[in-house]
Amino acid sequence: MSFIWAFLIGGSLCVAAQLVVDLTPLTPAHTMVLFVVLGAVLSGFGLYQGLLKLAGAGASVPLTGFGNVLVQGFIKDVGSKGTSGLLTGGLSAGATGLTAAVLLGALMALVFSPRG
Amino acid sequence: MMANAEERRRYAALRARHKPPLPHLNNLILAFVVGGSICAVGQVFYNYFSRRGLPPEQAGAFTAVAIVAIGALLTGVGLYDEIARVGGMGASLPISGFANSIVSPAMEYKREGWVLGVGARMFGVAGPVVVYGLLAALLVAIVYLGAHGQLSLPGWLRP
Repeated sequence: MSFIWAFLIGGSLCVAAQLVVDLTPLTPAHTMVLFVVLGAVLSGFGLYQGLLKLAGAGASVPLTGFGNVLVQGFIKDVGSKGTSGLLTGGLSAGATGLTAAVLLGALMALVFSPRG
Repeated sequence: MMANAEERRRYAALRARHKPPLPHLNNLILAFVVGGSICAVGQVFYNYFSRRGLPPEQAGAFTAVAIVAIGALLTGVGLYDEIARVGGMGASLPISGFANSIVSPAMEYKREGWVLGVGARMFGVAGPVVVYGLLAALLVAIVYLGAHGQLSLPGWLRP
């Protein structure tokens, strides 16, 4: 059952992004930035947690989920260590994904060369 | 200079004939299927990590790593660009697309050297995503925490 919700919600977010690309002058890169910001805003209004509970990976895998993680990281760190959490929370929450992407990016560049 | 009415009418008819029947319906369906499938694969990992006793937050983070790894690997062997050509934002919006946006230029610009090629170009798209994501999240968090009365001047800043 959880797969169906992940598929439906994740797919719908991608359709929304595709609509932005097809109907506005924004490029895919712009749209990726837009959706991270959108995820952050939804998170601030407390709307993203419900979506996560319903859709699981359908809400956490699209980039909106990254925006949500950043906001929740700030909120959590301010809760545990006060205002200085505003300088640490975001990146420490986003660290896993970012570190994996940088590590694998370097590794792939080392191992593979582009085709063609 | 105005084209004459007949010419304009013929042009309009020609344009109508060559316009896709429904605007981009195919793109939307493909984005839905590809994006939804990637998220369903993510759910497999999410359920696995949850079953192994990880709290939701960590299960989500490890799921992200798994999807990033798959996206990076498929980019490495040249498959992700094919998926992205079909799926559009269905391939770019999931975090595997974020990985693709890092790995693809990293491979491409190897010939420009490891510092100014790989190191610098890796973040052509991921950089803006992180920069504006962080700035937006910071702003949202400040507003949220301020509204909930959880922000105060740190002790060393108070008079």
